[in-house]
Amino acid sequence: MEWIADWLFIIPLAPLVAAAVNFLLGRWWIRDRAHWIAVPAVGISFLASIPAFLAVARQHGPLTQHLYTWIPAGDFQVPVTLYVDQLTAVMLLVVTGVSFLVHLYSVGYIDGDSGYHRFFAYLPLFVFSMVMLVLASNFLVLFVFWEAVGLCSYLLIGFWFRRRSAADAAKKAFIVNRIGDFGFGIGVMLLFVTLGTLNYAEVFERVETLSAGTVTAIALLLFTGAVGKSAQVPLFVWLPDAMEGPTPVSALIHAATMVTAGIFMVARTHPIFVASPTAMLVVAIVGAITAFIAATIAVTQYDIKRVVAYSTVSQLGYMAIALGAGAWIAAIFHLFTHAFFKALLFLGSGSVMHGLHDELDMRRMGGLKRYMPLTYWTFLIGAAANAGILPLAGFWSKDEIIVGAWVAGYPVIALIALAAAFFTSLYMFRAVFMTFHGEERFDRAHLHPHDPPWTMSVPLVVLAAGAALAGFVGVPPEQGWFHHLLEPVFEGTAHHEVSPVTTLAFGAISTVIALAGLYAAAAAYVLGAISPAAVAERLGPLYRLAYNKWYFDDIYQRLIVEPARGFATFLWRQIDVGIIDAAVNGAASLVVWTSQLWRRAQTGLVANYVLAIALGTVIIVGAYLVAGSNLFR
Amino acid sequence: MSELTTAHFLFLSAALFIIGMVGVLTRRNVLIIFMCVELMLNAVNVSFIGFAWEQNALTGQIFALFVIAVAAAEAVIGLGIVMALSRRLDTVDIDEVRQLRE
Repeated sequence: MEWIADWLFIIPLAPLVAAAVNFLLGRWWIRDRAHWIAVPAVGISFLASIPAFLAVARQHGPLTQHLYTWIPAGDFQVPVTLYVDQLTAVMLLVVTGVSFLVHLYSVGYIDGDSGYHRFFAYLPLFVFSMVMLVLASNFLVLFVFWEAVGLCSYLLIGFWFRRRSAADAAKKAFIVNRIGDFGFGIGVMLLFVTLGTLNYAEVFERVETLSAGTVTAIALLLFTGAVGKSAQVPLFVWLPDAMEGPTPVSALIHAATMVTAGIFMVARTHPIFVASPTAMLVVAIVGAITAFIAATIAVTQYDIKRVVAYSTVSQLGYMAIALGAGAWIAAIFHLFTHAFFKALLFLGSGSVMHGLHDELDMRRMGGLKRYMPLTYWTFLIGAAANAGILPLAGFWSKDEIIVGAWVAGYPVIALIALAAAFFTSLYMFRAVFMTFHGEERFDRAHLHPHDPPWTMSVPLVVLAAGAALAGFVGVPPEQGWFHHLLEPVFEGTAHHEVSPVTTLAFGAISTVIALAGLYAAAAAYVLGAISPAAVAERLGPLYRLAYNKWYFDDIYQRLIVEPARGFATFLWRQIDVGIIDAAVNGAASLVVWTSQLWRRAQTGLVANYVLAIALGTVIIVGAYLVAGSNLFR
Repeated sequence: MSELTTAHFLFLSAALFIIGMVGVLTRRNVLIIFMCVELMLNAVNVSFIGFAWEQNALTGQIFALFVIAVAAAEAVIGLGIVMALSRRLDTVDIDEVRQLRE
């Protein structure tokens, strides 16, 4: 399998070619045939990732392919080198695999849209950027593609840019991400200033030479980037709004791949974080807060995609907890399983929307189980996996994170994670019951829900299989195949021994909690034992807090957006119009005024002109004479 | 009677030149102005000839011939303009022709 080392470039090249062709020719020539290029290209990318994965899985060593040197400037070299170790290989499989399924799904979902070719240009471009992001071997290349996936996210959220809300959501995502990326950029610069290199291997070797303060600063700045990209508190506000984009995009970019880039980046740069216990603690705390806040918000939302979106934020919080606790493999494991069930949940909700003509509000659904059995069963598997029901994928990875936080000495964080797990189970089954069970609240006269066509069903089934079974690569906990695969990457990091008793105890506790959430959801939405409205009434301010998303958007509106807008208005009215424009207009009117003055000299009488010439001559000649020229002597 | 000197030529030239210039400045008929311009050109010719006579060189005479040739060409263009003027505006009064003023 070593031959793949020379062919690694195929993995990013195939989607890039597809994107370029669809960009250049899509509008005039390819049009509705855009998927003929995009889907196979991503398929090729996936197929090429398999031997790369097998090669690193067997030989336990990284593969590299040097493509070219981007910036050769004396001692400062930025090589574009593709680098595949076990971590990258896992990411490659997840990214290209989910991308392929989502591309396939999109063929049915986007069908008939006038932007069809545009969609199939953006989507492969995203795959290219994301693949390059995970393949990068130095911080600058990472940063470039980090921005590139942000761009693709912007383009795809705003895919239906004629809709005001979509255009706003795209801008919001881009700007909020910019805040995180600013920190990330400064972190990279700080690395370069202190270490003089940006290549991973050299940076990680030299990290020990830095002072504790510098390492903490760098780690926190890099994590700022992850906070933006991976939607952690306080920058998570863009992700729920990103659901304005087409559902396949939500599944691919805003659930399975791009938002996990932050988690991947922290795992990739773990030597820097390991060197700073403070930064690790911050990561864990931010993760715990995110996991809890997002889970409580998800319970109160009615928009099915938003429920799943807040669920994504919450699960990303879990991953951050794992990173902060030093349970690196657990974080990547959860990333891996989450990609399956979250993509599945999004595609499932897309399928529901497809059947109900873009209905998003769960209050106008219900009883769909009878009409769309395939969607129901796959969605149920995804929801159960997300809720952490034994033995589906989410159970194994989430449990490992909670155990990891516990043994790393963060008992409070572990308890918060357990509390969030209850809400996770509650909101997930609430969504299932509201959508597929109970009375039929949609307009039955006009809507005839049905399962989607095969291009949309196949990805659902494949992802459902993944959501059900992916967890078993990490069984038994801490000692599974997945752990042995990734061990070389995280060699040398402190490893906390986990006793089987702890694992079993937490497994039992979280199962009980998940079932409690399931029971609560069933009691409220199927059995009718509890009235959700009455509970909301009883909780009063707490319910309103969660329903209004903890007022994050409102606070930002008050404290940042409005002052910024006020300042911008000041710059526009006073500085731009008042000074800059005034100077330009003033120069123009000065010219007009002077011209008006001189225009009187133009009488139109030839005699005047001739007189001027004659007098001029006399004056010049006279001047010569007076000045004593010997010309006339 | 004294001898013929260069000064005589120059006085004649100056007199002709001033007559021509005053004509250009004061007359309003385009044709008259045109003739006055010719007068000024020929005044210059006279001074050329005067210097050529004094230096006993051909240069001045050749120069004068050139001026005559150029004046002929200029006359063609000038008369063409006068023709166009009179056809278009039905006037040869120079003060009437001031459309470019505004």
